[in-house]
Amino acid sequence: MALNIVKRLLAGAALLFVVATIVFVALQLVPGDPARTILTGTGATPTEEAVQALRDQLGLNLPIWQQYANFMGQLFTGSLGESLQNGQPVLDLVAQRLPRTLVLIGFSTVVSVLLGVLIGSTAARFGGWWDRIVLTATSVGIAIPSFVAAVLLVYAFGVQLKWLPSGGFVPFERDPGDFFRGLVLPTAALAIGFTGIIARMTRSAVLGIGNQDWVRTGRAVGLREDTVFRRHVLRNSLSPVLTVTGLQMGAMLGGTVIIERVFNYPGLSGLLIDGVTQRDYPIVQGVVLVIAALFVLLNIAVDIAYGFLDPRGRN
Amino acid sequence: MTQLSSLLRQLRRPGAALAAGFLVLLVLIAIFADILAPYEPIAQSADRLAGPSAEHWLGTDQFGRDTLSRLIVGSRVDLLVSFGATAVATILGVVIGLIGGSSRGAVGLLSMRGVEVILAFPPIVFALLIVTLFGPGELTMIATMGVLFAPAFARIVYGEVLTIRNLEYVQASEVIGSRRTRILFRVILPGVVPPVLVQVSLTLASTMLLSAGLSFLGLGVVPPTPSWGSMIGEGQALMLSNPLLLFVSSGIIVATILAFSVLADTIDRGLDPRRAAQVSRTPRARLTPPTTQVIPVNPRKKLEARP
Repeated sequence: MALNIVKRLLAGAALLFVVATIVFVALQLVPGDPARTILTGTGATPTEEAVQALRDQLGLNLPIWQQYANFMGQLFTGSLGESLQNGQPVLDLVAQRLPRTLVLIGFSTVVSVLLGVLIGSTAARFGGWWDRIVLTATSVGIAIPSFVAAVLLVYAFGVQLKWLPSGGFVPFERDPGDFFRGLVLPTAALAIGFTGIIARMTRSAVLGIGNQDWVRTGRAVGLREDTVFRRHVLRNSLSPVLTVTGLQMGAMLGGTVIIERVFNYPGLSGLLIDGVTQRDYPIVQGVVLVIAALFVLLNIAVDIAYGFLDPRGRN
Repeated sequence: MTQLSSLLRQLRRPGAALAAGFLVLLVLIAIFADILAPYEPIAQSADRLAGPSAEHWLGTDQFGRDTLSRLIVGSRVDLLVSFGATAVATILGVVIGLIGGSSRGAVGLLSMRGVEVILAFPPIVFALLIVTLFGPGELTMIATMGVLFAPAFARIVYGEVLTIRNLEYVQASEVIGSRRTRILFRVILPGVVPPVLVQVSLTLASTMLLSAGLSFLGLGVVPPTPSWGSMIGEGQALMLSNPLLLFVSSGIIVATILAFSVLADTIDRGLDPRRAAQVSRTPRARLTPPTTQVIPVNPRKKLEARP
């Protein structure tokens, strides 16, 4: 088991190395001179000296292999470079924003998994009209893009009913109440589709397990239906749910990009979009690398957790 | 063609028929958008932020542009991007999957490892990286999403090929001395079609979702060209003065994505002979609802590695 985890982590590290290389190469593929593009992006036509100065600063005058070596060397020392706009270390910016994004993802995950498992397992267990409602509602829920849900939620609860703030962010230290109130709508927007996915997954897993021999055996030896369901069906249904949860959390690392924009929420994704619009390459590179790293780690974590839950999947 | 008739039988389900009808209608609207749209989609008028009226059925935006016309013409770019990206992803993914599944040694290994690298990015993050570098636009979106969604196809085809390769009819074909390309394209490829078709439908939904998201951020379709995603963005800005714009643009996106996922589900039932026989009426026995894959774009079912 431990060996397996180490192997996974090594494979993950190798993958990240390739990802970093791609991000590096991507910058080389930009048509034209990146330095000039960056300077032109600010509005005025740049002077030749300014372009040269920036090329020096970015190390663009070095041979390409040396640029690559520098880039990788930087990564290994844990630095992600500095913002072109204000020279702040990208790592600091990321460190400041990342926790907020993770809070959002964490909240949405908890809400979606609890609700989704509840809805999905009851739909599978009781069937009938409840099952049909769940099937319809979840397909609609899954089809609503989270940013559409977000905008509609803002319209309903922020603008019309004025129950909740339409956006912004209040740090926990300043006012815990406002902090949580501000998180309600973004969490809900992310959780609508996520809950639908979990509910469907739980439902089909429960239905699949319900036909297994050992479940029938449990009933045959006279266990109460409740016990059979809780101890033998539901518990065994959770490993596919766990996998989907992990994948969805990964997808949310991307999904929060738009949600944070809608709610003007100062998380990691806001940093990314600002980087994109201002063509601040180090920021974009840094954020993309951090997100990819989290994504890879998450997948490894899911694989490992899966191994604990389901001994068959250990190798 | 029993598969075709079984697919058609599935289309008799009311939900499936509705979804298929809606999509056909949408494609027709996109094709004839120029004739159907009552106004030029970018024509401004003095009639600003008007509510629904006989002239403007769905009202106008802050520049007096007709919302209905923009929706109609917007369908064109949305469907084009979505279909284009899906076509690129399908071709790319199927070829990679066929190569990965049928060649042994370094080539096979490399092709599937390459696919894993793309899966290491959440799709929208990858798309944003490309947009930063190459600027927004329809072609960028088609190319980017084509690459992004190819891995799903590659994995499906790869897995299927590994299974099919050892079936008797493929081995029979090998025994009678068919060439490798013939075996690949005439013997193996047809067997891969059903799962690929399902994935095509799911990818249509995913690309529609992603491109709408990018356009919403102002990083996809470039204004003033109307697209549904950017209309939602405009609707958000105008939600106080003209909420209708927000509602209709959100509604059409949700309906289209829903229709694509219902279609995927229908094809899935219709083309899988085991399932078609067993699930004709009740959806109870489903094990993996394909709709779960619409949003995450992560059909990362663990495919067993080569033996």
